[in-house]
Amino acid sequence: MKIVVLVKEVPDTWGERLLDLETGLADRVSSERVIDEIVERGLEFAISFAEQNDGTEVIALSMASEEATGTLRKALAMGADRGVLIVDEALHGADITLTAQVLAAALEHIGFDLIVSGDQSTDGAGGVVPSAVAELLDIPQLPRLATVDLNEKEVTGAHVTDRITLSLSAPLPAMMSVSERFAEPRFPNFKGIMAAKKKPFEVLGIAELGKDISVLDRPRSIMTEIAGKPPRESGVKVIADENSGRDLAEFLKKNQLI
Amino acid sequence: MTNNILVLLDVSADGSLAPSSHELLGAAESLGTPVALLVGYSEHRNALAQAAADAGATKVLLADGDDGAYVVPVVDALAAAFELTKPDAVLAAHSDLSKEAVARLAVRVGCAVNVDAVNVTRDSEGVVAHHSAYGGAYTVASSATFGAPVITVRQGSIEARAGKQPLASEALTVASSNRKSATISSVTIADAPTTSRPELRGAKKVVSGGRGLGSAEKFELVEELADALGAAVGASRAAVDAGFVPQSFQVGQTGVQVSPNLYIALGISGAIQHKAGMQTSQTIIAINKDETAPIFEIADYGIVGDVFIVVPQLIAALKR
Ligand SMILES: Cc1cc2nc3c(=O)[nH]c(=O)nc-3n(C[C@H](O)[C@H](O)[C@H](O)COP(=O)(O)OP(=O)(O)OC[C@H]3O[C@@H](n4cnc5c(N)ncnc54)[C@H](O)[C@@H]3O)c2cc1C
Ligand SMILES: Cc1cc2nc3c(=O)[nH]c(=O)nc-3n(C[C@H](O)[C@H](O)[C@H](O)COP(=O)(O)OP(=O)(O)OC[C@H]3O[C@@H](n4cnc5c(N)ncnc54)[C@H](O)[C@@H]3O)c2cc1C
Repeated sequence: MKIVVLVKEVPDTWGERLLDLETGLADRVSSERVIDEIVERGLEFAISFAEQNDGTEVIALSMASEEATGTLRKALAMGADRGVLIVDEALHGADITLTAQVLAAALEHIGFDLIVSGDQSTDGAGGVVPSAVAELLDIPQLPRLATVDLNEKEVTGAHVTDRITLSLSAPLPAMMSVSERFAEPRFPNFKGIMAAKKKPFEVLGIAELGKDISVLDRPRSIMTEIAGKPPRESGVKVIADENSGRDLAEFLKKNQLI
Repeated sequence: MTNNILVLLDVSADGSLAPSSHELLGAAESLGTPVALLVGYSEHRNALAQAAADAGATKVLLADGDDGAYVVPVVDALAAAFELTKPDAVLAAHSDLSKEAVARLAVRVGCAVNVDAVNVTRDSEGVVAHHSAYGGAYTVASSATFGAPVITVRQGSIEARAGKQPLASEALTVASSNRKSATISSVTIADAPTTSRPELRGAKKVVSGGRGLGSAEKFELVEELADALGAAVGASRAAVDAGFVPQSFQVGQTGVQVSPNLYIALGISGAIQHKAGMQTSQTIIAINKDETAPIFEIADYGIVGDVFIVVPQLIAALKR
């Protein structure tokens, strides 16, 4: 089985994340770049499936800037078999639909039985790239799963929203997205890191995907305005004593919060 | 320009119109003529259409759904409605099903997508979506380079409400695209919450508990305070992971993003990803026994102490 994991490179949520106030784009220089945390759980799922099922190939696919190579190597160090990175000048600041078109073209180029994505990234956080890709490829998609069951022919899983749980299934080829309820990813060990250095890693441009995709061929989403908000300041901090509850109730009353 | 704003409406687990409908139709009225689309729910159809008209839909398009196929029938209905109404914008809730449906519509018919808007406006060039990015650290406006934008709206973020309209409903003929969809083999609906507590999304007051509550039983303290204040209950991811409360309670970057007048954090350290879901709250109160907890950096009023001592005092004071 061929499993392609869609790996997004994002600014580390643990650091300060900045948007460039000129371009409105994520500031790549000032923030540390990592593999999106939820996607790492998707990688973990694919890699553990491969460990238990001989003949499974796990491919990490990403669309990002050239600098993402280092970040993507981590997917190989975790255990993915090879990496494909789509880099193109024309993709700088790509919106959701352009991202989906490029990923769909790359997926057709690579070939797949199962596509694994995160349910939403931690930066753009739109959570719709996977659905758009599934629409373009005309394959069934099981979004935002809490649990999953995969075999050579079929993928089934539970999609959980506020009060409703849907049991979903689809024959392969299909696409599924994992949620943060999936198992935490492994840390790459020394052996994995060394092995990753020898694993195939391809960097491709749009032209090499055999599709004519341009930012101009469809309407795109553009940022027209951006403003930063001043950080919040802290107010009073008191050490608890026997009057804390009463004092807080008074604070709430004074500020018309109760 | 037709001035039509096509609005995809969500239906709640109990078969009633989802609360997001009111804000979507309110937003649509500020942009043009709201035309609503309802897909499926044939047994509730008349009541839903009436509710949509009451909430401001000038016309309600009714399409058959397919209970066995995930999302694709909704996209097919949207495509038919898009063709019929030639809208200036498509609005939908940023809910699981609706955001996927409209994103698929966007790539199918060729529209730009603007996601998770907290407000929408119109200028001379078209419809503009306003977003709150990186947990409210930035405000961003976006629009489409050309054509009608597809916009998903964060639930509980829009105050505008539309005036009641006379009911005008119409059956929508939908040609199936025959595109492949996942099969829905079963649907389980959890019991409705028995309390009259407000919904977390869009709540004016929220009391959240974290890992510091220690157990599901002890988490009841959070609920007690919430009830004393008439507030919604939230939680940190650690509290959800530990099984104190269901996932739908999670506040934060990957959970619900709230912006209430009052947010009380109990036994929550204030990790950056939690703050991303609540730091735009008007007033933040934190109770934590660790005086170095980062939550205090954004709290208007912080109490360094044990929640099991301070919160009962507060509840007693509130009841007085
Ligand atoms: C603050 C902010 C707001 C934005 N708002 C909009 C907007 O309103 N409209 C718009 O069109 N664009 C918007 N963008 C741009 C958008 O984030 C990018 O187009 C991005 O490439 C994809 O969207 P996402 O992060 O929302 O992905 P999501 O749909 O949240 O990602 C879900 C999954 O899709 C896969 N995936 C997504 N992107 C990639 C990738 N590049 N490579 C590999 N796998 C991937 C991953 O598995 C990921 O877990 C915004 C960006 C930022 C930083
Ligand atoms: C990509 C990503 C996304 C994430 N998304 C989210 C998200 O959406 N929401 C979210 O919340 N987290 C999210 N997290 C997790 C986040 O990083 C933290 O792990 C989480 O918020 C911690 O929850 P907590 O504050 O309850 O637990 P802890 O950090 O363990 O804090 C518990 C606090 O309770 C205090 N405490 C203990 N006992 C008492 C007592 N008796 N009285 C008073 N105080 C007490 C302790 O001093 C401590 O500060 C995300 C993480 C990542 C990497």
